[in-house]
Amino acid sequence: MASKRRGLPEINAGSMADIAFLLLIFFLVTTTMDVDTGIARKLPPMPEEEQQEDDSQIHAKNIYVVLINARNQLLVEGELMDISQLRSGAKKFINNNGIDPNLSENPEKAIISLQNDRGTEYMTYIRVQNELAAAYNELRDDAALTKFGQRYSMLSKTQQKEIRKMYPQKISEAEPKNIGGDS
Amino acid sequence: MSKFRKKGKKEMGAISTASLPDIVFMLLFFFMVTTVMRETTLFVDVLTPKATEIKKMEKKSLVSYIYIGEPIKRLQASYGTSPRIQLNDAFASVEEIQEFIATEREARDEKEIPYMTTSIKADETVKMGIITDVKQELRKANALKINYSTRKGDY
Repeated sequence: MASKRRGLPEINAGSMADIAFLLLIFFLVTTTMDVDTGIARKLPPMPEEEQQEDDSQIHAKNIYVVLINARNQLLVEGELMDISQLRSGAKKFINNNGIDPNLSENPEKAIISLQNDRGTEYMTYIRVQNELAAAYNELRDDAALTKFGQRYSMLSKTQQKEIRKMYPQKISEAEPKNIGGDS
Repeated sequence: MSKFRKKGKKEMGAISTASLPDIVFMLLFFFMVTTVMRETTLFVDVLTPKATEIKKMEKKSLVSYIYIGEPIKRLQASYGTSPRIQLNDAFASVEEIQEFIATEREARDEKEIPYMTTSIKADETVKMGIITDVKQELRKANALKINYSTRKGDY
């Protein structure tokens, strides 16, 4: 590394690189590139005049009602439920295919209706959204495995579209109520 | 090998590493300049909730951010502790969201408008009331693609 000439007094700049590297590594580690992740959702457009078309032709059994109150408790299809059970419950509902007369006829008709209170905590709301998304993702994965022998994320665009058609993600959000009070 | 060695002068010895720091410094400056720490200074405390079924945001240039949370400690004396909305660099009321979306749209190409997403970065402790108000405003502004910003993690 350093030259061994004795005559010339030279400042050893060899460690300079180390110092600079240290700084470089510090910056590399501390600056998070901030990859933004999240749950993507589409809001329904504002209702205009054609409000009368909803509800009437949808059978009650095809709707999976999830209510969240201001105390972050879940009421699913009229029964108190823990969030940890929501995923399996939703999967059972969606993938019923008419076996249980109280649950959905088929996945294409299944609709999950979500309603929360204004006092519900955002964390709980996201967790419910997450569980519902997970239920759909698991069903899509299962369908993809049986049909194409691969996980949903590995499929091509057209194959994914086919699976999505089998399990369309229909989560409808009702206008929130204000029972438990704001904040 | 030996053929070349004979020709080479013995004094040449070590390769000078004097320029190595310069190169590294150049890299360092490059990183320091390019990494944008944060585009906006946050006036609200935001710790996004955890989720597992997350997706990466696709085009960052087409994303507008809405921050919701308690004002930071420094500002709590003047703004209180109830959750507030922050758009760009200032606190905003719910009614200002439509205007905000309109200005965000103006800044973009017309073709890109349908792909614009609004990312809601809300603290996990805020109540749904304020979020619902924001969502209603977004619906009115016809900005229907939204993204609930979350962290990756199990419960």
